[in-house]
Amino acid sequence: MDGVAPLFRMEGISKRYGGVRALEKAELVVEAGSIHAILGENGAGKSTLIKVMAGVVAPDEGRMTLDGREVTFASPGAANKAGIVCIFQELSLVPELSVADNIVISDPPKRFGMIDRKAQRRIAEEALARAGAADIHPLALVKDLPLSRRQMVEIAKALARKPRILILDEATSALTAADVSKIFAVLKRLRSEGLALLYISHRMNEIAELADQCTVFRNGRNVASYKAGSKSDNEVVELMIGREYSHIFPPKRAAVPATAAPRLEARKLSWADRLHDISLTVRAGEVVGLGGLDGQGQRELLLAFFGVLRGLSGQILIDGKPVSITSPSVARDDGIGMALIPEDRKTEGLMLPMTVRENLSFAALDRLSNAGIIDRAAEQRLIDDMVGLLAIKTAGLDIPVGALSGGNQQKVVIAKWLMRQPRIILLNDPTRGIDVGTKQELYQLMRKLADAGAAILFYSTDYDELIGCCDRVLVLYDGAIKRELVGAEITERALISSALNIHGEESPVGLGASV
Amino acid sequence: MKDWRVKDWRYWLAEQRGTLLALGIFIVMFVIYTSNHPAGFTANVVQTAANKGVLLAFVAMAQTLVVITAGIDLSVGMIFLLTNCLASWLVVGTPMQTALGVIAVLAVGLLCGAINGAIVIYGRLQPIVATIATGAVYYGIGLLLRPFPGGSVNEDLADALTGRVFGVVPASIVVLLVIVLVIWVPFSRSVLGRAAYAAGSSETAAYMSGVPIRRGKFAAYTLAGLLAAIGGLFLTFFTYTGEAAYASGNSYTLFSIAAVVLGGVSLFGGKGSAIGAIFGALAFRTIGDLLFVFDFDPLWQPLFQGVILLVAVSLGAFALFRVRNRLEWFL
Amino acid sequence: MSETTLGGIAGRMPRFIRRADPAVLTAFACIVLLLFLGSLYSRSFLSPEYLLQQLKVASFLGVIATGMMLVILLGQIDLSVPWAVAAGAMMACAAAAYGPVGVALAIPFGILCGMLIGVVNGIGVAYLRIPSMIITLATNAVAQGLMVVYTGGFSPQDSATGAMRYLATGFTIPGVPNAVIIWALIGAAMVFVLTRTSFGRTVYGIGNRERAAYLSGIDTRRVVMIAFAVSGGLSAFGGVLLAGYASKAAQSMGDAYLLPSIAAVVLGGTSILGGRGSYLGTVAGVILITLLQSILSVMQMPEAGRQIIYGVVIVAMLLLYGRAPASR
Repeated sequence: MDGVAPLFRMEGISKRYGGVRALEKAELVVEAGSIHAILGENGAGKSTLIKVMAGVVAPDEGRMTLDGREVTFASPGAANKAGIVCIFQELSLVPELSVADNIVISDPPKRFGMIDRKAQRRIAEEALARAGAADIHPLALVKDLPLSRRQMVEIAKALARKPRILILDEATSALTAADVSKIFAVLKRLRSEGLALLYISHRMNEIAELADQCTVFRNGRNVASYKAGSKSDNEVVELMIGREYSHIFPPKRAAVPATAAPRLEARKLSWADRLHDISLTVRAGEVVGLGGLDGQGQRELLLAFFGVLRGLSGQILIDGKPVSITSPSVARDDGIGMALIPEDRKTEGLMLPMTVRENLSFAALDRLSNAGIIDRAAEQRLIDDMVGLLAIKTAGLDIPVGALSGGNQQKVVIAKWLMRQPRIILLNDPTRGIDVGTKQELYQLMRKLADAGAAILFYSTDYDELIGCCDRVLVLYDGAIKRELVGAEITERALISSALNIHGEESPVGLGASV
Repeated sequence: MKDWRVKDWRYWLAEQRGTLLALGIFIVMFVIYTSNHPAGFTANVVQTAANKGVLLAFVAMAQTLVVITAGIDLSVGMIFLLTNCLASWLVVGTPMQTALGVIAVLAVGLLCGAINGAIVIYGRLQPIVATIATGAVYYGIGLLLRPFPGGSVNEDLADALTGRVFGVVPASIVVLLVIVLVIWVPFSRSVLGRAAYAAGSSETAAYMSGVPIRRGKFAAYTLAGLLAAIGGLFLTFFTYTGEAAYASGNSYTLFSIAAVVLGGVSLFGGKGSAIGAIFGALAFRTIGDLLFVFDFDPLWQPLFQGVILLVAVSLGAFALFRVRNRLEWFL
Repeated sequence: MSETTLGGIAGRMPRFIRRADPAVLTAFACIVLLLFLGSLYSRSFLSPEYLLQQLKVASFLGVIATGMMLVILLGQIDLSVPWAVAAGAMMACAAAAYGPVGVALAIPFGILCGMLIGVVNGIGVAYLRIPSMIITLATNAVAQGLMVVYTGGFSPQDSATGAMRYLATGFTIPGVPNAVIIWALIGAAMVFVLTRTSFGRTVYGIGNRERAAYLSGIDTRRVVMIAFAVSGGLSAFGGVLLAGYASKAAQSMGDAYLLPSIAAVVLGGTSILGGRGSYLGTVAGVILITLLQSILSVMQMPEAGRQIIYGVVIVAMLLLYGRAPASR
């Protein structure tokens, strides 16, 4: 390859979302005829990287070259035309259209100006066959297919566009083992046909089987590139972990005795095909973490406790008594006293155009009013308390909450629930996208609330936080609790290996033994 | 692969379920209607029923196009009125003049649809308010053209299109069929048509796939105007006059929604066909007329139609009970 | 982000300007402009008698638009206004035919009928999650059907009670028509509900982001249901007043109030997507629409021209204020 320009190159790519940097001077070189694996933890910048490549987001700085020529992509369509096709984690299929319609959607075959259905059918059948999914009927509607079949359609759709670079982002996460082996055969054939494949996966054994080249990302940067097989799994995990410690955590207290009665208990919770037989306890004064890779059922579990999910099986107990939580309004009730800091503060936690005041008192209006009329003096007192307690920085209480910084917005979400003095606090990745200073304040606050007697269930995609904040961590994989880590057992290594569902983590060598 | 031949028609059946259901309802209702009609199943009865049904069928087709994009057009009834009033001025005289008049009327329909589309898509207004407002404008223009009912139409053309072909087949049904073949079939199989469906089903997925969303939606609104204008023309052919009756325009808009729902078109967009809406329209008309053959007081007709509409729109709500994550209610 | 800069600028401005929506200011400016144009046409436009007469006419629309505003603040719409108005008027007059008890209960009965229509709308929107424009169209059709059956298709013969006439045309305070007082009372109540009660806060919250309101533990469905019931009730009350004004109900008396009530709310700066808007704006919108109507009729503009001007003005104003955010 010496002397020949690589097929695709990214140089000095940076991307920020608000104040948070997702990519910082990232570099990547993609060669034709090879499978390139991208590794990294949650939030290491992998998804932003491929979004930039696929034209979904525009980078703040940096340049990309294809065949040695500089390129910019205004839209996913432009990237597709240039030969870069991405299979996203979030599916990009139109549910009400048929499989064949979807496969040819960006450039259907035409005859006399109309879509040529015969040709479309032929293309779809070919693409499905190439993807090893000839069992899917081209006339089936996408919405009627199970998730794993949809993923195969997604792959067939990408192949029908005749890509030069194919990006697979966790493309196998929803697939059955049989499908995975079919896909692998397809990918290897594509490689021999001269395509460049970018493969993003958390599954070490898949990477070991497929990849020619690996690049590890950490904190928005590529930290290492190496020929596949030239590093041991151990070294790879080391590369993924080794990050600068920027967090300072409050000291943990003595463990709450395991004999103490649980405040919140779940017995064999199951829901749809996303949660499987989850049993857990959280005691007053305890911070219990939920770990694992993103999307393993942690969010659903929190929603289940908060009364959002229907058709839940199993039992939820509060202070040992079974309860039926059918809505958030039941969950926040005096008898239960639960609060949920939701996943997306902009759409689930706050009404952005409304004022700081209105947002702060929104969840506690019933307590702040007599016969439906708001006691404005009481409201003001409580709001002042909260603004003081959380040190919320705002130009005033009557400006839209959307005008605050991300960190202060998150403080408002938390404060609005603290106004009810909850006994059980569920947090869904509360530090995502906020600055380091505010993060540390939140860690302090969490510990303070636990010390004051709250039971806290805390999901985070940041392993450092789980290590620094939690008394216990439950690691979820595929909707079930795979492992419980207590006290000193909560280490980066233990978290990662159980999150990747690698067995035999007692011996470091056994980490993701090559297949 | 061979057994797919068998499976093919099962998928086809599943896709056409809404349409077939509407066809079924229509046939049952029509059989009940004709068998209880004093005159029975005669060419005359069929012709009268067809002429009434075809009017709503055109307006329902128009509504379908917009509903497929997950929008709604509350001005279809008014475009229908406006073009009726216009036709009562223009579609007269020599064959040449008449032909030019027809073209002008259709062009005005297209223009009305295009204005709706431009305001909704490029002006980014909510379809509902935008089309209520443009509906007022179209009605106003119609009223300007015909402050009082009146005017005339080329009666030769009118009689030919509302009469019978070979003495049995209602000519209006033949015209409807031609319109389906000339407008609906090409649209639904074109790239723009598919874009309209894709935008209605999932705008994000359509965007990610590089589908021409805006052009597809614009085409749908514009063609809706055209179809409503064809309906307006036919109204003129039946009545020989133009009349800007506010209540009539409103009820056509309303019934078009009912017909679309009966025809298996999803109000949430992305699903359904104009063929289904046509059967929905015919069925809705027949159900409304059932009261007559059973000697009910015609006074009950508006209530009866209202209740059918209420039941039809409530049927869609059953999908709600399959939602297992309550947050999905608020998307 | 634009919200950040907007908020930053807004934070530095004096309170009264900061709180005033540019749309409300524009609406008031348009009112002044219309009065000015009118006074050029005829001197009587600025006379107190004329203005008071306009205010009286406006109060019927004002009552109806109050209910519409509540629904629009939720991000919904109520298209059942025409026959809720007519049903309220007809049922109140009908009750009056049943002796002294009927006369006494005429007004509450009329309002109750409107609320029933609203409750059906509310069940459809909140619990069955049918799009509001569809279910309200359907209930409008059913209400129409019921009224047609009831009246036999003719103009209703019952006439309004004395109380209805007194409310619509009488004077309790010399010089101020009762209808205006009623609108003022209803308006004051609405302002109080929207700004001082938890219900009002919740309405804005749901209109902004129902998902966030639900996750805050609000029973959003109950609130939506109540709002529709109130809207139906106020429409019917508007009908009762109109019947009192004209001494009896008429078949299609409500048709002329659907578009104006939506227009008044939207022109007053309330976002059609919900969550944003003040009652002051709706007052401005109602007066604006009424003046526009009055000037057009004084100028002997035919109905056709009025409809066209309406539609154009609404679209133009919406293009200025009511646009959805650009998608990518």
